[in-house]
Amino acid sequence: MRLSQAMGRRLIAGVPTLWLLVLFLIPFLIVFRISFSEVRLAIPPYTPLLSWHHGAPHFEVHWSAYSFLFTDPMYVSSYLYSLKVAAVSTVCCLLIGYPMAYAIARSGAATRPLLLMLIVLPFWTSFLLRVYAWIGLLKNNGVINNVLLSLGVIHHPLALLQTDFAVYIGIVYSYLPFMILPLYANLEKHDPALLEAAADLGARPARAFAAITLPQSIPGIAAGSLLVFIPAVGEYVIPTLLGRPDQLMIGRVLSDEFFENRDWPVASAVAILILLLLIVPILLFQRLERRQLEAAQ
Amino acid sequence: MKPQGLLTRIALALGLVFLYVPIVSMIVFSFNNSRLVTVWDAAHSPTLKWYGVLLHNEQILTAAWLSIRIALTAASAAVVLGTLAGVALARLGAFRGRLLLAGMVTAPIVMPEVITGLSLLLLFVALGQLIGWPKGVGAVTIALAHITFCMAYVTVVVQSRLAGFDESLEEAAMDLGARPLKVFFRITLPLILPAIASGWLLAFTLSWDDLVITQFVAGPGSSTLPMVVFSKVRFGVTPDVNALATILVLLVATGIAISTVWMGYQQRRRERDLQLAAAANL
Repeated sequence: MRLSQAMGRRLIAGVPTLWLLVLFLIPFLIVFRISFSEVRLAIPPYTPLLSWHHGAPHFEVHWSAYSFLFTDPMYVSSYLYSLKVAAVSTVCCLLIGYPMAYAIARSGAATRPLLLMLIVLPFWTSFLLRVYAWIGLLKNNGVINNVLLSLGVIHHPLALLQTDFAVYIGIVYSYLPFMILPLYANLEKHDPALLEAAADLGARPARAFAAITLPQSIPGIAAGSLLVFIPAVGEYVIPTLLGRPDQLMIGRVLSDEFFENRDWPVASAVAILILLLLIVPILLFQRLERRQLEAAQ
Repeated sequence: MKPQGLLTRIALALGLVFLYVPIVSMIVFSFNNSRLVTVWDAAHSPTLKWYGVLLHNEQILTAAWLSIRIALTAASAAVVLGTLAGVALARLGAFRGRLLLAGMVTAPIVMPEVITGLSLLLLFVALGQLIGWPKGVGAVTIALAHITFCMAYVTVVVQSRLAGFDESLEEAAMDLGARPLKVFFRITLPLILPAIASGWLLAFTLSWDDLVITQFVAGPGSSTLPMVVFSKVRFGVTPDVNALATILVLLVATGIAISTVWMGYQQRRRERDLQLAAAANL
């Protein structure tokens, strides 16, 4: 009886742990290893990960994939460009999402579920199709240009598609719910009595907001920003459909190296460099998540 | 109303317009006769022509059927694994490997998809060389990849649901002599059933919608619906994709409306029960 209980506990934790070890952790180790091999014409297209010399395992380490990435300015520029796009999009999401989350948190108990449903509903429809919808809005003879032309605001169609602007729109549009939901979850818990007390003591609304609401909502801001920033750095679909053909984002570079150039070591090295950049934000996000769960418990 | 309340409300309204304009425009132009998609052909519209084109597109229908089968498999397996992980993290206390499981399980949620996709494909290739399985990539490898990233979401949903309940119910059942398995099926499982249901739906949607990871682990002859749509729209807008989007939006909106009404009903019933119980105690 005691024995079977211990077995049961081990199974509950063991099965998902084993699954993730095999399909999440080991794959990363393979990527890491392949990033230190060389491309060659074979199946699979890289030098062996492990060879045997006089009965002992021997790891051959090649730095060629990394040195290649740092010598070609195209890679450095797409790396920096991805960082910039992700950072600007995160700030835009925050500026648009914060007032929205605030308004939902302050709305009546009856309308709140409806408003939350409206925020979440686009997320349940296809991400790809929602990005695609922006092509129809932004292109030269698209909806926005047609409306502006017929209103006489402009006389020639604006080039909106295949610009940085289109990428920002696409990312902000797709990731906005991920900013709003954690912010809402945080703002909803605030005690209105604090703001009333501040008002009674003569604080103007702006000052009360800066002194009370804003500092209290920092965990929400952090969680929302990380949920937008981390996936945006590696975004592939949005820049491919809406962005400039002459300036690639790093996720597209990885995919092109893999599929077009069939250079698996370089693709792996790109993945490792993205991870190096994101490891701190990812750990921060996990810490926030854990804290929130502990607070609920 | 206070001016700041008014301002945030205007921001909310504008934000909602921003979220819905693209969706509404896709729906409107799905009824447009013109092939030019964004130029309204008033003389011959509205028309259901593109819905007919869509439903006769063999490639799209085959891909949709594959996507449905993969999503059903992935969601069901992810619910089992994700529930186990969620229960382990919320109820087993400090066990060996807890940090490892907790760290691995949320990582796929934020991990850029290109990295997850690349690493899974390299795993499948290495496994194929090492043990001869899987032989090539296809529906099976897609499903394995989807299960892995979907289970992360199920875990989070189940774990936060369990965190909302204290363990006193389970402890009481244990004190009364119920065996752990019975406690799980009679107490814990009914408590987390709503979380499991929404976790399944979430997993189904994510699997059905995934493009980037799928592209890495798919092979020739295993194109899912997002892959077919992506290769179509990469070269511009096509009106039958608008029709497809409209059908999907309608399905999702109906589903969400029904579940919202149902949850509201459950909530009211629970509150009424509580009131009745309170009245009975007086």
